[in-house]
Amino acid sequence: MIEKVIVAGFGGQGVMAIGKLLAYAGMLEDKQVSWLPSYGPEMRGGTANCDVIVSDKLIGSPVLTDDATAVIVMNLPSMDKFESHLAKEGKLIVNKSLIHKKATRDDIGVYYIDANEIAAEIGNPKAANMVMLGAFLELTSIVKPESVLEAFTKVFGEDKAKFIPLNAKALEKGAEAVKN
Amino acid sequence: MATMVYEKTKALSDTQFHYCPGCTHGVIHKLVGEVLVELGILGDAIGVVPVGCSALAYKYLTCDTHQAAHGRAPAVATGIKRVSPENIVFTYQGDGDLASIGTAEIVHVAHRGEKITTIFVNNAIYGMTGGQMAPTTLIGQKSTTSPEGRTEEHSGKPLKVAEMLATIDGAKFVERVSVHNPAAVRKAKRAIKKAFQCQIEGKGFAIVEVLSTCPTNWGLTPVNALNWLEENMIPYFPLGNLRDFEEAK
Amino acid sequence: MAKVLMKGNEAVCEAAIRAGCRYFFGYPITPQNEVPEYMSEKLPKVGGVFLQAESEVAAINMVYGAAGAGGRVMTSSSSPGMALKQEGISYIAGAELPCVIVNMMRGGPGLGSIQPGQADYFQATRGGGNGDYRHIVYAPASIQEMVDILMESFDIADIYRIPVLVLGDGMIGQMMEAVEFKEAIPKELPEKDWITTGTKEKRKPNVINSLYLEPELLYEHNLKLEAKHRLIEENEVRYEATGVEDAEVVCVAYGTTARVVKNAMEELEKEGIKVGLIRPITLWPFPNEAFDKINPKAKGLLTVEMSMGQMIDDVKIASNGRWTTDFHGKSGGLVPSPAGVIDAVKKIIGGGK
Repeated sequence: MIEKVIVAGFGGQGVMAIGKLLAYAGMLEDKQVSWLPSYGPEMRGGTANCDVIVSDKLIGSPVLTDDATAVIVMNLPSMDKFESHLAKEGKLIVNKSLIHKKATRDDIGVYYIDANEIAAEIGNPKAANMVMLGAFLELTSIVKPESVLEAFTKVFGEDKAKFIPLNAKALEKGAEAVKN
Repeated sequence: MATMVYEKTKALSDTQFHYCPGCTHGVIHKLVGEVLVELGILGDAIGVVPVGCSALAYKYLTCDTHQAAHGRAPAVATGIKRVSPENIVFTYQGDGDLASIGTAEIVHVAHRGEKITTIFVNNAIYGMTGGQMAPTTLIGQKSTTSPEGRTEEHSGKPLKVAEMLATIDGAKFVERVSVHNPAAVRKAKRAIKKAFQCQIEGKGFAIVEVLSTCPTNWGLTPVNALNWLEENMIPYFPLGNLRDFEEAK
Repeated sequence: MAKVLMKGNEAVCEAAIRAGCRYFFGYPITPQNEVPEYMSEKLPKVGGVFLQAESEVAAINMVYGAAGAGGRVMTSSSSPGMALKQEGISYIAGAELPCVIVNMMRGGPGLGSIQPGQADYFQATRGGGNGDYRHIVYAPASIQEMVDILMESFDIADIYRIPVLVLGDGMIGQMMEAVEFKEAIPKELPEKDWITTGTKEKRKPNVINSLYLEPELLYEHNLKLEAKHRLIEENEVRYEATGVEDAEVVCVAYGTTARVVKNAMEELEKEGIKVGLIRPITLWPFPNEAFDKINPKAKGLLTVEMSMGQMIDDVKIASNGRWTTDFHGKSGGLVPSPAGVIDAVKKIIGGGK
């Protein structure tokens, strides 16, 4: 089993964070993982994206060009840029709250999620990224949501443990959004 | 019975100096050596010697030494002192080395207040490479790269290193001395001693700028070179203390 | 010990500290800034010293001083900063001092880009500094391999009294992988009786020096260094060779680029095309012996680099005319894709028919 995921959005949407959570969760499940950030000269704002690979086998190139199995896009520029990076039959997970446009390809699976609205409903608009991650986990089953929650304090520090229930809820709601 | 009236300091080896006749590097080496012995720090001292006439000073000193790249002695000394804070670390540098290619390094040891001592030998010229213009070459002074004499318009005015470093807080002892006559030599020795005491007491960076002669490249006899130093260098590079850790409040 | 997920830049520091490194002198430059940042936080906690130098030039000369005084010392930089360190590296090699240097390469020349590159191969293996000198160059392909190499590098540097360069790139510095820090295996190391600690007036002065004004003495020194280089070539060559004995085409790639090639190899194998890989782990000494294992009837060699073609010179020397040598690469901060490698391999096979 292997998932090669691009997570993209603008700075502050937590795209690097869910990428790290996914990689850490994979490691906790004894899988091979890599997390590769894009890095630019800007310190704040701008676009952000990372390539995450979770696999049962040793990972080759950590760079995803045209072979991504899934792309999670949080804003429009990210969709314009990364839709083409998907392999055939890959999954495009779109934050419908901010992207009012349909995917152009018909050889991929596309999933539209009202991530911002769902996050606001459960009481934290900042958790839109976790809603998207929840949808991705439901679609791929590459790691268990419990592993992501276990990784939470490892990635963000013990003092963030109080946010785990809310983030668990966000993962759950994201999963529900693609269950049908 | 014969009485010992003068003894060469044990801080200097028996290797014959390669310095030209009348060059005052020998006097300055002797002063540094005597100070190391008198302060009882010869066995703890680590010297860093430069590129220039004194590049071979590691053959003359009997303490441990590093030979450094051109201008980098202060950085090398920083590395040594950070590994061995208990050792006494000093650099011995000329004006091409310290005031030209090594300005960044000397400014930043002063800036960090690095606990090292620098002996800066200023003879207003590049000696070893054959008498080229230095940042310290005087206006009107002829050199092999200022054959008509240095002009302000073309090369600016000579760099006053001691004054410049005295503006930096981490430099706790800054003094300019000369070795053109016996009285000046005695004062120079006192300043060098204090610059090492500054390090022993852990105060910060200390530098002594020593005005020195280069009879060969100045085209003068040894005696005339000493006179030239007094008449031309001292008016532009005034002697005296610019910072003293003992007077600082 | 359990695995941790770490950035390459941070893992390299953790490995260094576990290997006993206690002194670090560096200067900020992207994409290796996490190295000085990590060192500034961790070294003081283990009784070490981190110092941000005024320049890369000063940093490498601080390394020269610290190594001569007996410290286990490291510095790091990225391409343009490494260019500035070359003077100091030549002096360190000349004075036979041990140290570890990390270069997380970016695109060049000049200020270039901040994205990953492999265009410092010449600088690393030929020496950007002056004179007859060599130093060991390791090129890890994963964070785990980089950590394992780092743990050994300080000992290797001590054994041969030589600088060791660990050559990564922006990708391996910035990416995160799971890494396990293995227990350092203590090696028997030569006594450092040559370091400057002060004579205590009880021994002859120790001198750290690369100056030999008499030509005969410098030549003698050159011969001594050369003998050491030969010894390293005999003992320290490392490489990975996969499927080269019966390959139609053998790719040669190092570092992260070798991973791109592995992806391409997997795809090509599905199509029934046998591709081998030689991955030099030491760039100097270069693994010439690996090429003797290649199928004599192979159609050609393909060197893949994140540069316009630098290692290919060594590949040509190693192949010694036995096979054609082609090149595929991307530069400027772009990474070669598996598809590009696949096309290049197919071209070689097609050309042979």
